Amino acid sequence: MATRILVRFRGQYPDARAGYVEKRINSYLGISASVDRVDVYTIEEGLGGEELEKAESLFVDPVTQETLADGDYESLVEVGFLPGVKDTVGETSRKALSELAGRDVGPIYTSVQYRLRGAGKEETERIAAELLANSMIQHWRVFGRGENVEMPIPKVELGHVGEAKAVSLELDDAGLEKLSADCSLALGLADMKTIKEYYSREAVGAERAENGLPESPTDVELEIIAQTQSEHCKHRIFNGRIKYSGPEGKEEIDSLFKSYIKKSSEEIAKQRRWIVSMFWDNAGVASLNDEWNYVVKCETHNSPSALDPYGGAITGIVGVYRDPMGTGLGSKIVGSTYGFCTGSPFYDGELRPRMPPKRLLDGVVEGVKDGGNKSGIPTACGTVFFDDGWLGKPLVYVSAVGLMPKEVAGRKSHEKHIDSGDRVVMAGGRVGKDGIHGATESSLEGGAWITAGHVQIGDPFTQKKVQDFILEARDEGLYNAITDLGAGGISSAAGESACMSNGCTLDLDQVPLKYLGLEPWEILVSESQERMLLAVPPKNMERLRELAERHDVEMSDIGVFEGTGKFTALYGGKKVCFLDMGFLHAGFPQLQLEAEWAPKEWDEPTLPEEEHGRLIHEMVARENIASKEWVQRQYDHEVQGGSVIKPFIGAGNDGPGDAAVLRPVLDRKEGLAIAAGFNPKYSKIDAYHMAALSLDEALRKVISVGAALGHVALNDNFCWPNSVYDSEKNPDGRHKLAQLVRANKALYDYTTYFGTPCISGKDSMFIDGAVKDSSGKEHKVSGLGAVMFTAVAKVNDVEKCVSMDFKGGGDYVYIVGETNAELGASEYYEARGAVGNGVPELDKEKAKKNYESVEAAIAKGIVRSCHGCYRGGLGVALVMCCAAGDVGAEIGLDGLPGNAKTVVERLYSESGARFVVTVAPECASEFESLVADAKRIGTVGGDSLKITGVLDEKVKALRESWQKTFRGFW
Amino acid sequence: MVKAVVLTGYGINCDYETTRALELAGAEPERVHISSLVSKSLDSYQILVVPGGFSFGDDIAAGKMLANKMKHVAGRQIEKFITDGKLVIGICNGFQALVKYALLPEVGEQKVTLTFNGSGRFEDRWVPLKPVGDKCVWTRGIEELYLPVRHGEGKLVAPPEVLKDIEGRGLVALRYGGSGYPDNPNGSLNDIAGLCDPSGRVFGLMPHPEAYLHRTNHPRWTRGESGTLGLEVFRNAVDYAEAEL
Repeated sequence: MATRILVRFRGQYPDARAGYVEKRINSYLGISASVDRVDVYTIEEGLGGEELEKAESLFVDPVTQETLADGDYESLVEVGFLPGVKDTVGETSRKALSELAGRDVGPIYTSVQYRLRGAGKEETERIAAELLANSMIQHWRVFGRGENVEMPIPKVELGHVGEAKAVSLELDDAGLEKLSADCSLALGLADMKTIKEYYSREAVGAERAENGLPESPTDVELEIIAQTQSEHCKHRIFNGRIKYSGPEGKEEIDSLFKSYIKKSSEEIAKQRRWIVSMFWDNAGVASLNDEWNYVVKCETHNSPSALDPYGGAITGIVGVYRDPMGTGLGSKIVGSTYGFCTGSPFYDGELRPRMPPKRLLDGVVEGVKDGGNKSGIPTACGTVFFDDGWLGKPLVYVSAVGLMPKEVAGRKSHEKHIDSGDRVVMAGGRVGKDGIHGATESSLEGGAWITAGHVQIGDPFTQKKVQDFILEARDEGLYNAITDLGAGGISSAAGESACMSNGCTLDLDQVPLKYLGLEPWEILVSESQERMLLAVPPKNMERLRELAERHDVEMSDIGVFEGTGKFTALYGGKKVCFLDMGFLHAGFPQLQLEAEWAPKEWDEPTLPEEEHGRLIHEMVARENIASKEWVQRQYDHEVQGGSVIKPFIGAGNDGPGDAAVLRPVLDRKEGLAIAAGFNPKYSKIDAYHMAALSLDEALRKVISVGAALGHVALNDNFCWPNSVYDSEKNPDGRHKLAQLVRANKALYDYTTYFGTPCISGKDSMFIDGAVKDSSGKEHKVSGLGAVMFTAVAKVNDVEKCVSMDFKGGGDYVYIVGETNAELGASEYYEARGAVGNGVPELDKEKAKKNYESVEAAIAKGIVRSCHGCYRGGLGVALVMCCAAGDVGAEIGLDGLPGNAKTVVERLYSESGARFVVTVAPECASEFESLVADAKRIGTVGGDSLKITGVLDEKVKALRESWQKTFRGFW
Repeated sequence: MVKAVVLTGYGINCDYETTRALELAGAEPERVHISSLVSKSLDSYQILVVPGGFSFGDDIAAGKMLANKMKHVAGRQIEKFITDGKLVIGICNGFQALVKYALLPEVGEQKVTLTFNGSGRFEDRWVPLKPVGDKCVWTRGIEELYLPVRHGEGKLVAPPEVLKDIEGRGLVALRYGGSGYPDNPNGSLNDIAGLCDPSGRVFGLMPHPEAYLHRTNHPRWTRGESGTLGLEVFRNAVDYAEAEL
């Protein structure tokens, strides 16, 4: 019989976690209940005597905790994991207790009891369902006082033996489409026909017969084809052929990726010699200095986060680390960023999303917290942005920066190769049913399509051990190539790697499983986390095993790379997959798509008379401007010791820094400035300008802290609503695709002019969801077309960095750049319920001049503070600089450069390419000669922000307005 | 030359910058995986560092599993290291491990613990600190410090009689600079941020001295502000080892 050990805090030591839960029950549900928390460890095989004592010594803190016999409560809910969901604490507990007991004690499962007073069973059921548990990954039971507390053990019992099955393709078109849908393959009819044609080839049939395979495909083969051709792996929309009709005329575009992104980067690469590697590997590589390269990658993890925000986000951040880890010969991760986009956390409209945005945001924030902190990687900075278009599906952006010596074990670290005969080695976690169909389902719109099989929960501890192991193995030169296992699991990782050797044979019986009974196709496509794939020369296997053992990393030899031209898999000693490599990776038709620009004409608003003192408080308190310090404070942003500019800075360490700066090599002076540009609201008018302004924001952020325009590595990360036209399901699909085309055109136009290449990127093409309203009617909710540009830029000398807070009284305040009457889709218009049409347009020549002149002034050491004007315009920027510096300023708007006329236009227009810079009076003339477009608008001093004839507000009060919005979220 | 072992593995994650701190302080540091201690002797080293991190993912309780692992793999060696008069420091997760191993505030039964922050949350913020007394080798001569805390389980608690005892015997080596949140970021009793053993050679603290090795680490260096580098803590140890060991 199982032994259950119940642990709680003694009365004199309150459990802070219980207090936190109490607070949330009150603030979310308005229920005042007191909560005791009890941690439950269930040892399946039971324990007794000395072993039980040892277990108690492990689980119970002798000072603060005790095992529990009973307690006083009105109702009790116990929350545990569903079978098969990763229980990391259970796994570590088993290892630790086994070590103490000197034998394997068998599975241990963890669960948590909340014992409530002030809430009956019915209320407790609601608290559990809405706050304490997530039905996608957890189960719970509610008990009243006196009821026997019993919980089922979440053991996985599949009760059958896996086997590969043949699937007949002797079907008509409708039948082929149905097959794709039934098996969640996400393949279109043209793809299914291509597959059918392949299997009908005489040569294919003969070879299959020779090798003991059925004439029709096995389910294993179909799944591998679906993974390889998925949107996630092949970016089929970005690589599709598009008939485009827009304001500039009609044209046919053969792949957005090739025509704009890749083309731009290849052109730029001719002048930017610091680009080392881009597009073919898991992440882009750039040169930091003569000894080191850095590696950059961004990702999104949207659909899984919609289901399980915590699990989705932690899997996302831990997953993106594996990209630079699997780039070249592997890098050490030295930094990361985040971007969270949900519906407004204060949303109180008609829609009833499955999970309210506030709770979703809580989960996502916490997922990245555990993922980043437990990995020992600084989460340097991030973006939190709200729009009700994300009530259907949230966006969870994550990015990672890696570092690798230019040379390891006598080889260039950014290259890799595979020799025929190299072993296929998998290192890290075991394989279960988690995340099955992650890659194919990111190709389908949200709603009823998503199944629980989608959800994985990342385990940073396991992955940290893998990272340590890999760095040692790399430095000893033990492997030829490395890649990560992510979407599509082994099928994608081995399939893509096998292109280097032109084939492989995998033995699925050698793949370590979490539990028995998986189908062979599931073993191949499972997205169980924390795994890396290595190509290892046989002579190095023994040494690699030694290292794996030292690092407590599970490592398995699952096959061999070979030059057969075939992707072969064995199961039970028999071939269950035998596919031509050429067919698998190239034999599929290009998508044919239509795009037609049909922008909406918005009303121009009639604006009220504004009381400007009140308005500026309203503006800085708005949810997309207000301080998000509550998120960032929970993230370790300085582990690894290289923090130079922190995300929150200034006199009180609480001002919004433009970019974070890290010094990745502690004995060198170079730094990396990291920031993201993101402003999807402009897509309401024109995604061309949305993309331009987002890029401009990213560039100004890194330049503001002291980076050089000549060395900015970008990541483009598109998150777009479904852009494939369908007369019923997606009638405005053509316009959405035209928006995407225009965003890509802007990317090309501006990045080539600025010389800032995208060295890596990602797209997530189905930001749509089905959400019910209060009457139960379902609505399709689509996100705004969005591109996040993450800039990672070199800082030549970290000691020359600048921060955005105003420094001393007497400094001159300058504006660099023109403020034009461009309030379209601005924060101010949104505050007045309008969109308008006059979206900010970026003049690339003027912008580049501003970037370069500000960069030059900072490099001279004469800039005391520098901050870009972003969302909310000059008015908001001035408040930020004053609040961060805890000092006022006197500003005059007369003669402000640009065509903005009214006070509202001057303060809140969001024209790009602008900086607010302060300079000591003695450096003013030098600054003015360096920055031709700088115009002095005032002086730092006092304790108020005074704008002549407009407003006079205490800095302390303005800071309070900026900080109060999310104070309750702490 | 003073030789130092910096433990790594199992989720320890401040090992690189801690190694750098020891280098800058004039020691010869070596990163050593905990598992290697099975066969590696500590005899030729004078300083042992248990750095910060999230060993074992903080599962069950922060530092608990690391303490068990250290005991299991190298308990005898580590305890001998201390009785030989050598120097030990545990930082953040390393402090949690030394407390749960019961090496701090002294070898024996675990009498104090580090538990969840009063706020119930992990926080990264810089806090003012005041070294207490002159027993602790590591903090001797330092008047004040300003360092980041980065933890979720740093609240030091103990029964009243234990607190009185450790205060009376001068085992409190470091206090937070203020009593209320956020200066005392976790609600530690008596604002305790660090403890030493009766010899003053074994030291543990929640804040991160290895996070302030360069003037640009200070959150307000762009405003011209600076403080005592965390490096001084390591210099103290290296100076002591050079003179005494």
